[in-house]
This record gives sequence, C-alpha cells and structure tokens, in this order.
Amino acid sequence: MNNKSDGEIVGKVPTSGPAKRSITLKVNGVEKRLEVAPWTTLLDLLREYLDLTGTKKGCDHGQCGACTVVEGRRVNSCLTLAIMKDGAEVVTIEGLAEGDALHPLQQAFIEHDAFQCGYCTPGQICSAVGLMNEGRAKTADEIRELMSGNICRCGAYPNIIAAVQEVMRASAGRAKR
Amino acid sequence: MNNFSYTRAGDVATAVSEIARDNEAKFIAGGTNLIDLMKENVARPSRLIDITRLPFDKIEENEDGGLRIGALVTNTDVAYDEQVEKRYPLISEAILAGASQQLRNMATTGGNLMQRTRCYYFYDTATPCNKREPGTACSAINGFNRIHAILGASEHCIATHPSDMCVALAALEAAVRVTGKDGDRAIPFAEFHRLPGAAPQTDTNLRADEIITAVDLPAKGFAENYTYLKVRDRASYAFALVSVAAALEMDGSAIKEARLALGGVAHKPWRDAEAEAMLNGKEASKENFQKAAEAILRDAKGFGHNDFKIELAKRAVVRALRQASAMGEMGKRYDDKLHRTADKPR
Repeated sequence: MNNKSDGEIVGKVPTSGPAKRSITLKVNGVEKRLEVAPWTTLLDLLREYLDLTGTKKGCDHGQCGACTVVEGRRVNSCLTLAIMKDGAEVVTIEGLAEGDALHPLQQAFIEHDAFQCGYCTPGQICSAVGLMNEGRAKTADEIRELMSGNICRCGAYPNIIAAVQEVMRASAGRAKR
Repeated sequence: MNNFSYTRAGDVATAVSEIARDNEAKFIAGGTNLIDLMKENVARPSRLIDITRLPFDKIEENEDGGLRIGALVTNTDVAYDEQVEKRYPLISEAILAGASQQLRNMATTGGNLMQRTRCYYFYDTATPCNKREPGTACSAINGFNRIHAILGASEHCIATHPSDMCVALAALEAAVRVTGKDGDRAIPFAEFHRLPGAAPQTDTNLRADEIITAVDLPAKGFAENYTYLKVRDRASYAFALVSVAAALEMDGSAIKEARLALGGVAHKPWRDAEAEAMLNGKEASKENFQKAAEAILRDAKGFGHNDFKIELAKRAVVRALRQASAMGEMGKRYDDKLHRTADKPR
C-alpha cells in the first residue's frame, strides 16, 4: 500500500484493521490477559496499556537500548511485537525491587551517580540484569562491549561501569561463600 | 506502520503455503530488521507469518561431519555454542562483532541472512531508491556514499550487505538449507546472496515460496588460524566500513589453503578465487598478503565519499592475514594488542 503525497491511497486498504487478538503475558510476576493489535509493540503495550512507564521509548528503532526489558534475556521491547509473545514472561524496571528494597543494581546506580537525566537508566539497569545473568562479562572492557547497546547521551558511562562492576563483585563474593 | 494481519505458522507446510499464496506477506522471527523497516514504511507487508514456533531451533551434527544450525537459533546462541566456539570460532567472532547483545538475543540465523541493506536512501522514503522502488533511481551514486560498495556494484545500486555473520559463513563455505513448494534444496553460500545488477530489489536467490530451515557448516572449520577483523566508525555497535574474514590452513609457515571474505564492500560477502589461489602453497609473508590484497581489490571502484575504503580494505586484508597466520605464535599476542589499541582508543 502506497500512501501517495497527495493523499490518494493506492492498493488494497482494509476498511477496518485486522482483529485484535487475545494474549497472556506475565509482567513482573503478574499474569495479564490482553487484547492486542498485530502492530502493537511490547514497549507500547507496557507503557500505554499497562501504565508501566518506567520502560522508555528512546529511538524506537533498537539503536539506543532505552526500551530494554528482560524477557528471559534482555531484549529491545520496541522491536518486539506483543502478539508474538503470547505466554512470555517479562520483567521491567518496575519489577526489580522487592517492596521498598531496591535491586542491588538500582542501589549501585544511585551510589555511583550512574545517571544524570535518567532517561536511559531503566534500560541500562535491565540490560545490566541481563548482562549478569549471561555471565560473559568479567572485565570493565567486557562490560563496555556487552553494554554497548545502551546509549547514555549524558555520558555517565564510567559511573555505569563502576556500578555494574560493584554488583558483579558483590554477587561473585556471595557465590564463593 | 501499515495495516497488516498476523498468522502464526504451526508447521513448515503451513508456513510455505501461506507465503506462496500472498506475495506481500513476510515471515517474521526475531523481527529486529523487519519491524524497523515497517516503522520506516520501507517494508509494508500485507501480513506477517510468525515462524518462531517452527522446529528450527537446534544446533546438531550434520551428516558430513559438520554442524547444522537451525534457522531460528538466535545469534547469541550460535556465538556462544560450545561446538561453534571450538570448531568454528570465526563465526562466533563475527557474530559478536555485530549489533548489540539485546539484538543478538532476538535476531535469528535465518533472519541475519535476510536482513536488508542499511543504505540511508533505502531507508528514506522521500528519496528515489531502486532497491525500495524499482525503476526510480539510485540516490547514493551521486549522493552521500561513504558506507557504500566498492565491488560488484551496478549503475542501479551501490548498497552493501550489512551482515558480519554472513562474511564468516561465506569464508567457511556454508550451505543454506531451504524448503519450498518444490521440496528441499541446499544453496551454496556464495550463491545465496546476489549482486544488484539490474534488479537490486532482489537481495537473494531464495524463491518466493521458500523458507530457510538451517545453515550447514562443513566439517572444516579453520579453528586454528582465523581472524574476523572489523573496521568501523566506533569501537562497538556499528556496521562495518570494511570487514575481513580470514581463514587459513597452515603447514608450518606456509599456507596450505586460504579463505578470504570481505564485508561492507559489496551487495554480498565478497570472495575472490584468484586472490585466494595466490596464497595457497605460499609463505605467510607480508609481501604475499599484500599481493592477495591487491588482487581481491583489483576491480574496486569508489564513488567519491567511499574512495577511502579501497585502501582501507587492502590494509585490512593484510592485517587480517597476519593475525590469522600468526595465531599460536608470539605474533598473535602482539597483533592482538595492536588490534585492540587501534580499534578501541581510550
């Protein structure tokens, strides 16, 4: 379908949109039954339908990482169609703390001053959760490489690395004990 | 995004019949490229056929002593697979040089082969582009073409294929297994992607009713002497300006068999039998590497902004061959250090 500049619409255009479909999604441990259109991204579903606005829309093209959530692994929710995720479990920034106790990464980001404007922070933290689950990064260089999908335009990278490293060290220490 | 409908394919036969009866339908798996293109109005499918529940999610031994990578295995799972790391480290290295971990967690093997060019004009629906709208024009030839092709381009299109993984697969001579209405076939990797010629809208030789089921890796993995060298505008998470997959079988200081593939320079991963033959049976020396580099770039043509790629590619070939041939020796560590310092300034 081509939308010509003069407004003339060429090709077959359905008179109404394809039917919404029912999916089940576990979000931060709570099962949700949702009616979604085929084109609704997981990001828009979280923000617009579930009011979980912690996950941010940055570029909306998978280039900045602000929309990162953990769906088993860390993924870009802006490039995920919700309709394809029937039965999936998603953890967002809102699901990391336990009551009033912040997740160690959230605490470390505060202590290390790992943000300025804060817009990339939910994505950075969810990405770091995924990074730690993967267990592939040990050194600061490896953290930098495997966190390169999260852009911080304030340039808080050194403090982000420091925060992630501290939590990694602490969790490695716990594992040894 | 345009209006589209959604179907989930429960089995391969359904996927094939669904795609065959609607030429505006598209398969979707990881979606990392397709959804992006749909948001830009570059891809306007009538319907998406979700293939993520098809049984192509395994890495198995194949009958030739190689590995069969299912089309739905994610880039992450291929890169970190124990067998791939051990027997085909060139592939792991190439995959990890591309995209971000989030994207690699989503992107699939089949989708990586099917991704479209990142030419800015292809993405910009306000400009002519023969790949997007056949018969309009190529805006890149006389436009900004810093990232564009220097080999195998045509007057109709100078776009490049963006994949890193495919460059390694080309060097290793993988085969793409597909199935369609007429049954199964295996496409040699060199014949999977095509040059633009007069039909740049067609990236591959996959038929309209076919689906990729797996990628077969031959038994020979060149696990001893290999390098994937990627030169780009930033240290991580950027497409290649030039990349080189070098795989060597060494006999002492002599090269028994050489494989070379270039990325970021053409509409498909670029191999050159003549340049490789020049290395076979020769000493691993800078002079011989230089000759091979001159040979593989002998027909290179710049379009202005990308002229620098010709010399860059030659130097990258020489460096990749030095690194690959010196692995396991003192030279490896030295070259690795050089590589890091040069690629990741801090």
